[in-house]
Amino acid sequence: MSLSPLDKRWFWLCRFFAFTCALIICFIILFLFVESIPAIQSIGLERFFNDSSWHPTPDPSTGSFNLSAMLVGTLAATLGAIIFAGPLGILAAIFCHFYAPKQIAYLFRRMIELLAGIPSVVFGFWGLVTLAPIIRNLAPPGPSLCAGIIILTMMILPTVVLLSDAAIKNIPKKYIEGAAALGLSRWSTIKSIVIRASKEGLSNAIMLATGRAIGETMAVVMVCGNIAQIPNSLFDPIRTLTANIALELGYATGQHRSSLFFSGLLLLGIITMMVLISEKLKSEAIRD
Amino acid sequence: MTDKTLSQDLICGFIWCVALGITFMFCWILFDIISHGIPEISWTFLTSSVQQAGRSGGIGPIIISTLLILLVCLCVSIPLALATAILLSEFSNSHQRFTRLISTSLEILAGIPSIVFGLFGNAFFCIICGLGFSILSGGLTLACMVLPILTRSIEIGLRSVSDDYRLAGAALAIPRVKLLWRIILPAATPGLVAGLMLGIGRALAETAALIFTSGYVDRMPGSLLDSGRALSIHIYDLAMNVSGGETNAYATALILLVLLLVINLVAQWLSHRFLYRKVQL
Repeated sequence: MSLSPLDKRWFWLCRFFAFTCALIICFIILFLFVESIPAIQSIGLERFFNDSSWHPTPDPSTGSFNLSAMLVGTLAATLGAIIFAGPLGILAAIFCHFYAPKQIAYLFRRMIELLAGIPSVVFGFWGLVTLAPIIRNLAPPGPSLCAGIIILTMMILPTVVLLSDAAIKNIPKKYIEGAAALGLSRWSTIKSIVIRASKEGLSNAIMLATGRAIGETMAVVMVCGNIAQIPNSLFDPIRTLTANIALELGYATGQHRSSLFFSGLLLLGIITMMVLISEKLKSEAIRD
Repeated sequence: MTDKTLSQDLICGFIWCVALGITFMFCWILFDIISHGIPEISWTFLTSSVQQAGRSGGIGPIIISTLLILLVCLCVSIPLALATAILLSEFSNSHQRFTRLISTSLEILAGIPSIVFGLFGNAFFCIICGLGFSILSGGLTLACMVLPILTRSIEIGLRSVSDDYRLAGAALAIPRVKLLWRIILPAATPGLVAGLMLGIGRALAETAALIFTSGYVDRMPGSLLDSGRALSIHIYDLAMNVSGGETNAYATALILLVLLLVINLVAQWLSHRFLYRKVQL
């Protein structure tokens, strides 16, 4: 269908605005690159992983710039959160579809949607004043990897539940009816049919939740203790990459500032990879 | 056979426990914030200025700064998101590769951690554009951040308008733009408002992107170029840097939570009503 001249003008206007959206992405990547180039040039990539510790100074010759403690921190917190939130979230979605009465399932979904709307700073605040003292009584000092994992689990749980709920809803009805006709029990149906049929959707949910956990900042700053060290136990304080940026950008100058932008670039790279993988999973799910 | 039913019952019980556990944690957080926050809240708390770094006094300037940041954010992001969503939903058949590029970049934009937006905003708006720590740079950074969620939900709102309208419009040879403004946008209004609410919710909840763009200053902002502290940053600062600020932090958290719950409930109500009506059409 051809467009009238008036339509064409509007169409170009829309294209221009949409193009601006795409441009913002390029801008963000460009800026992170430009700002982190001085650090990459004068500090060098290998020093970010081989230096003795993280004691950054504006002048690269006097400071040490080892990011690996923060990388390990991010990895440990994210992994811990996903180990809990993944199975719990999928079970909660299964609860909505196969175990709960309709009214309760409805209320449960509304509640999860509200839980998704609680800001990270409120989670962090609650973790700091309520959760950390409880953990301190069990194993001092309190703010620790363990507290971080619990808070992150609660924060990414709604993402997992809502997305797996949508994935389970998309399973063709005839699969489940067929299972019922074969006399499979509820749990066997779930185990051998529902989970397999929605495999792509579920892994997509976990992928996106992982992305959120990696990128989470404020809650983690407030409950993790923020000591740049590789943790020996669940109750050691840690510092994540995002927390590191949030804590130090305020006063960082010179190469220190530049190396913070480099860690931002690192984060962006990890997240972009995960988004692209989940896009691919989604398109495979559609093709099936 | 009894073994089997027993294991079925165990699994059923376990799944109920998971659901109850999640509900319990949710109620715990809410109860904790509400019970500590309610005694502090009064009209003077909402309107008076911050004293002793937040230990006493109210949150008047903080609320004003938050609203100003939100205003800047929405003024920039709504036109962009609306135009992009119109392109994606109404004109998408004509240029497939271009629209796929746009939607993939929105997808990536949605995944970027908020602290990275903070880095970008700090480098670009505050330093390169010379806006400094100001409400304007905070609002612009937030605008970049809410763009994906706003665009996606407006697009869903537009797509859920029945194609009959578009076909009837085409049969009557109404220009598409007129059709869009006169018929499709009004029909999609509840969906659009729901999307807008989600965007506002996301912006209100944000902290990390604002710390290094809109700044910490807790005075009443005189203009958009002044630094202003948002509600979420106020909570963060009171909890982390001000000893004895916890009671006011609880009260501020309660205010923020109530605002967000109201916004989310309105969004839920609108989108469910809207989808329900669509089924009936």
